[in-house]
Amino acid sequence: MSSTANPVLETASGDESGTGLLRRPWTRFALRRLVRLLVSVWVLVTASFAMIHLMPGDPVRAALGPTAPAALVEARRHALGLDEPLLVQYVHYLGGLFTGDLGTSLSAQLPVSDIVAQRLPATLTLTVLAFAAAVVIAVPLGVTMGVLTRGGRGRRTELAFTTTSVVLGTIPDFLIGVGLVAVFGVHLGWLPVAGNATPSAHILPVVAMAIGPAVILARILRVEMVGVLESDFIRTARAKRLPARTVYFRHALPNAVTAALTLSGLILSAMAVGTVLVENVFAWPGLGRTIVDSILTKDYPVAQAIVLVYGAGVLLVNSAVDVALALLDPRSMIRED
Amino acid sequence: MERRWLRVLRTPLGAGAAALCGLVLVLAVVAPLVWGAAAEAVDTADILAGPSSEHWAGTDNLGRDILARVLVATRLSIGLALAATAIAVLVGLLLGSAPYLLGRRAGRLMTAIVNAAVAFPGLLLALFFAVVFGLGARGAVLAIGLAGAPSFARLTHALVANLAARDFVAAARIAGVGRLRVLFRHILPNVAEPLAVNATIGAGTVLLSFAGLSFLGLGVQSPDYDWGRLLYEGVSALYVNPMAALAPGAAVLLAGLAFNLLGESVAKGLGSPTLRGGPPPAPSADGDSRRAPAGEDARDDVEAADPDVVLDVRDLEVTVPGPRGAIRPVRGVSFTVRRGEAVGVVGESGSGKSLTALAVTRLVADSGHVEATRLRLLGDDLRGADTPRRRRLLGTSLAMVFQDPMTSLNPTRRIGGQLAEVASHHLGMPRREAMSRAEDRLGAVGIPDVGRRARQYPHEFSGGMRQRAMIGMGLMGSPRLIVADEPTTALDVTVQQQVLDLLATIRGDDAVGLVLISHDVTVVGEVCDRVLVMYAGRIVEDLPTSELATGARHPYTRALVAAVPDMETDIDEPLATIPGRPVDPAELPAGCAYAARCPLADARCRAEDPPLVADPGGRRVACWHAGEPLPGGTAEHPADELVETP
Ligand code: SF4
Repeated sequence: MSSTANPVLETASGDESGTGLLRRPWTRFALRRLVRLLVSVWVLVTASFAMIHLMPGDPVRAALGPTAPAALVEARRHALGLDEPLLVQYVHYLGGLFTGDLGTSLSAQLPVSDIVAQRLPATLTLTVLAFAAAVVIAVPLGVTMGVLTRGGRGRRTELAFTTTSVVLGTIPDFLIGVGLVAVFGVHLGWLPVAGNATPSAHILPVVAMAIGPAVILARILRVEMVGVLESDFIRTARAKRLPARTVYFRHALPNAVTAALTLSGLILSAMAVGTVLVENVFAWPGLGRTIVDSILTKDYPVAQAIVLVYGAGVLLVNSAVDVALALLDPRSMIRED
Repeated sequence: MERRWLRVLRTPLGAGAAALCGLVLVLAVVAPLVWGAAAEAVDTADILAGPSSEHWAGTDNLGRDILARVLVATRLSIGLALAATAIAVLVGLLLGSAPYLLGRRAGRLMTAIVNAAVAFPGLLLALFFAVVFGLGARGAVLAIGLAGAPSFARLTHALVANLAARDFVAAARIAGVGRLRVLFRHILPNVAEPLAVNATIGAGTVLLSFAGLSFLGLGVQSPDYDWGRLLYEGVSALYVNPMAALAPGAAVLLAGLAFNLLGESVAKGLGSPTLRGGPPPAPSADGDSRRAPAGEDARDDVEAADPDVVLDVRDLEVTVPGPRGAIRPVRGVSFTVRRGEAVGVVGESGSGKSLTALAVTRLVADSGHVEATRLRLLGDDLRGADTPRRRRLLGTSLAMVFQDPMTSLNPTRRIGGQLAEVASHHLGMPRREAMSRAEDRLGAVGIPDVGRRARQYPHEFSGGMRQRAMIGMGLMGSPRLIVADEPTTALDVTVQQQVLDLLATIRGDDAVGLVLISHDVTVVGEVCDRVLVMYAGRIVEDLPTSELATGARHPYTRALVAAVPDMETDIDEPLATIPGRPVDPAELPAGCAYAARCPLADARCRAEDPPLVADPGGRRVACWHAGEPLPGGTAEHPADELVETP
């Protein structure tokens, strides 16, 4: 979807490249990304609209059950606007999104936007904390491993680290969560295992979500660090006799993060959506539990809206990563021209 | 191909994963037959019991044996996972090869859609499709299969696009074979192997995702059960019998890991041919016996330092690990650089000149090992471990200029900051002050508009400007020695001279010592007072630049000089005309390393390495036949002809 934006953009910048502003790499970069983002948003919105209409059968009938009287189903269909032509529904849907109207829950009879607004903070908190934890673990780990295994040294360390990280990175967060609950909640009884009422209740879910991404990130950082530490500008930094810390973190790390940053965007997206599983392990009152409940009770407007929210989150993360990449490595903007 | 797959099985990880995969597949077939009855046996008297000798993993809420249920669930879990994987691979194959069959426009659109879909996490796509296809095993298989399709599509697309550009495919197309036929005959068979490897990894991932969906209650529905469903039921009884959740969790984890690791190790095994040798062996005794004769210089370093000597190097040796044992590319190099003196080091690539520069500045990579009987900068011993004091000395008194200014400056940091950090770290200058010193230094090396330039990144500088900035960086402290390693080689001819002039000016103004390393005699001849000629890790001649043209005594030096057709114009010309090839430091001959290329070589040369002998004038040469006339008819011109060469 994103690359379909290119033709549009090429004409845009082609037409106006005569003006000074558009010749500035930053402006062009931002404009191109904006158009791409808009197209992606449109595709996402359309997909979420289509979701309800792609289902075989009638969602209202499915939600109310086979025994519900036909008149009620009809009335509800009408109330939801499902009896109107598809195009009209689509326009209404788009219009509703602009005013923050995500429809009405079939089971709770509440505006979906209220439900989302109520549940979103818990999910956001979990995602942000878990991602932060993953980065805080991954950066020192990856840099240290890179330094220890640079230039073909420490082959045993490398093998041990790679194997461990492959294994840990493969275990899905919800399984880690179940394990953590069994050990720290049930067996040791140290930490709460449900809800988000206390700060300590955050520990297990955050750990469950952070471990896998942390080792995956650390692994790519190690590979990148090993490569970067061979480069000429690191030799220059060493020639300046800067402390090792400065050489590794200020000179090498920024050049190693480019690949890691792209990956961490994917990881952050996956973590945001991964909350669906972890929230269900830890009875976390966020969007993830709500979407599962809504799918199980066939409350489709809610499921639809939450898919949209997650999708929007993913697009937001991807754009943020693009901007961060451009900031960290200014050549990345120019390279695209 | 089979052999390569077998090789993977010989690695411990690969063998373990393969064995585990086999076990899982066998269980999938036999478990329902063996434990089917036990898994269904309801015992209401013994519900939610913990592990016992009868029920190793306890019982569920109907008193059924959990271990039996976990074993029996293997079939459904694996079956569904394989079905979903098959869907993912097939749809991916279809989507991924479609761009090849469709025209350019439709193909690009397809690729764009796939790329966009890949950006969304699989779980989100799975949830989307789970809503569309409804609850239950069938819906979940479709959902997970389709959610996995985009990444297979992208893989296929990449593989197909790569193959389509290859000669045999192009040949088939030219021969008039249709696209569809080419796809099936020539492309897909070659795509099969990487696809199979990734499908194996994919199966593991799918297995784990499927467990996730069933765990959420969106997958397999009661009374059927897969591992995810058992996990879902077990979690609700976690406080009563943790094994009810841990047993299916462990099962899905082991199976998922087995497929994943098998795929990964096969991918690794197929991707990288046997390059991996053992660790490099320690320096051999053989290498030691070739140590250059150290003679009288071998004393311990106790002599008082001459205040005029900036750099004092004796018997410098660098050992690095090579593919077949340690090699010694620098073998006993001794020289001094005095205040304000410019010393050139020339030699072909592989002569050890750059490594010498790195060794005297303590920048040899960690794998290398540096030894010397003396290594002093401004009278301070540089051997042994770095101390903070020594780091400050090196950081402020020594300036390095490297060959490629393109790669020697950090691309992610602003020029000004890269200079300023020297001052702020070593001189303790506050940020602002360090920055204004950086601007001042940039101005000193001839960079205009320093206020703006200092805030720019290296890629915004031209090559010559970058090299100036590099030199400016060295001037942040108060350098007493500049070591420049091929400072002009990577630059445009037009700016080479400017950079050389800049180096010469700095040296002249501040009486700074300069070591200029170059493969180019002309460059060295222009800037330096003295030339050290290196060959195969040794200095073979040391003479004043003024005598280079007429007074060179070593046959190699004479060949170098003769190889420059015209000293005035051809600054750019590499040394190409010396017959024979430089020696490989891993395969040094017994006698003089130059013997194989030397027109004067005799039996003695081939048996004994000539020592570097100094004459009363301070010139040094290492040759048994130093200064003897060269026989006519070789590729060389006699040295005295050089003067007359136009
Ligand atoms: S020692 Fe012999 S082989 Fe070596 S340079 Fe001198 S003459 Fe040539």
